[in-house]
Amino acid sequence: MLKTEAIDVESIRKDFPILRRKIHGKRLVYLDNAATTQKPQSVIDALVRFYSDYNSNVHRSVHTLGEEATVAYEGAREKVARFVGGTAKGLVFVRGTTEATNLVRFAWGDKNVKRGDVIVSTLMEHHSNIVPWQLLARSKGATLKFVGLQADGTLDMGSFEDLLKASPRLVAVTHCSNVLGTINDVATICLKARKAGAVTLVDGAQSVPHLPVDLREVGADFYAFSGHKMLGPTGIGALLAKKSMLEEMEPFQGGGEMIREVFPDHATWNDVPYKFEAGTVSIADAIGLGAAVDYLSSIGMDKVRKHEILLLQYALDALSKVKGFHPYGPEDLRERGGVISFNLADVHPHDLATILDEEGVAIRSGHHCAQLLMRWLDVAATSRASFQVYNSFDDVDALKAGLEKAGRIFKL
Amino acid sequence: MSSSADIYREIILDYYRNPRNFGRLEKFDIHSRDTNPLCGDEIEMQVKVGEGQKIEEIKFTGKGCAISQASASMLTELAKGKELKWVKELSKEDVFKMLGNPDLGPSRVKCALLGMKVLKTGVYGYLGTQYEDSDGNNENI
Repeated sequence: MLKTEAIDVESIRKDFPILRRKIHGKRLVYLDNAATTQKPQSVIDALVRFYSDYNSNVHRSVHTLGEEATVAYEGAREKVARFVGGTAKGLVFVRGTTEATNLVRFAWGDKNVKRGDVIVSTLMEHHSNIVPWQLLARSKGATLKFVGLQADGTLDMGSFEDLLKASPRLVAVTHCSNVLGTINDVATICLKARKAGAVTLVDGAQSVPHLPVDLREVGADFYAFSGHKMLGPTGIGALLAKKSMLEEMEPFQGGGEMIREVFPDHATWNDVPYKFEAGTVSIADAIGLGAAVDYLSSIGMDKVRKHEILLLQYALDALSKVKGFHPYGPEDLRERGGVISFNLADVHPHDLATILDEEGVAIRSGHHCAQLLMRWLDVAATSRASFQVYNSFDDVDALKAGLEKAGRIFKL
Repeated sequence: MSSSADIYREIILDYYRNPRNFGRLEKFDIHSRDTNPLCGDEIEMQVKVGEGQKIEEIKFTGKGCAISQASASMLTELAKGKELKWVKELSKEDVFKMLGNPDLGPSRVKCALLGMKVLKTGVYGYLGTQYEDSDGNNENI
């Protein structure tokens, strides 16, 4: 069954050349989308067109190619910003979410976090939203504290409110968990954090590719996401912040492009967002991300979300019939992104991934860069299947058949 | 092409679910631990060295996939009673043979060899030398 009520998967699949590949002679069933997504032909074409038709550096080259590259690069900035309800002046192109959090650590954190300050994160964060704050806390003599979780895998808002009493400088939280799929009420979190005097950073790496996101509703000071998880190229992502916030911050890296004037003993900075884009940026990849945004917009994020809920529903029903299947994460699908982390009896996720690979089914196994969460779940690792627009009920059926095979091999 | 039926033979599953020499020694001369950062596999070994530089007792603990745990357990059985010299001469081909020569992909080879790495690191350290892992697990540039 290649159609959900929401979108026409069969026609979408034709846009992704990699889906024609056979793995061990089987159809590729790609369910590792929370790690990275596949790319539609339009994104691949955008990269090829840049390098074959108008490759040039941006902003400083006055020749025709330079003008064309600049227009395309800045056009991509406009598009990506508009996609999440932000402004182009407030969008810094970065390598990905990890570079965005590290940028905030240095450019904002160095100036604003002091000895004795409290930084708040949560137990469900990806390491990219924990380790930069650990490093910042260590260098400043600040303390990093974590919001706990409830049994159903949602944030314990009581523990969050308790932590706010310590007047934290920064609250760093994910919009959607890459393991549990939990969609956090980031609008409420940001509002409460702001009332307590905290600056807020939201990790949108797993939300922007899957849900309609409007930054005007979220109300975060910083919002970050990665291009490669939303059908775009690797090496490109975005950090969005209010223009005034960016203007008050120190530069991140020093070099070309980010300066206005350079003297022997000091330099002055370019306007935002260029102040944070030192060196030659990933021009082609930014343009490719613009093409990915066009692709997702042409489907419509409301439909993408609806499609994933239908897949989740179908998958949780089907897989729960497999002996030994144990899923993690919220049961209320309105609070859950298109991610299913699970274990299959005592089969280690790496053994399971090997068996599934033989069937052409690609899932992720391991700690998913979320070791605090693994410890909270009291498991060493989980298996994870995650969806995108090109996944169908057939893919879920292939996953189910693979799990049943693993069950037979391990004699469950 | 690897076949999971070939990798996960009965004997591997048996050692995974009922690991031999699993546990800790009260008295030991060698203690070594390592993890595979890719998978999070974890192996810890303890060895009591007896007369003639022989492995008198050996135990391991660990967490991880069937291949890493079964391989470590089978290796402790093989190593018991052998001279430390035997550990130095042990090759990865020996470990693959011990496992029945399964066709493992590059990422799973490290699971199979973690036990050997831990044992060798411990024994080399005891003998006052350093084990250089040839599989790129060390920080060689």
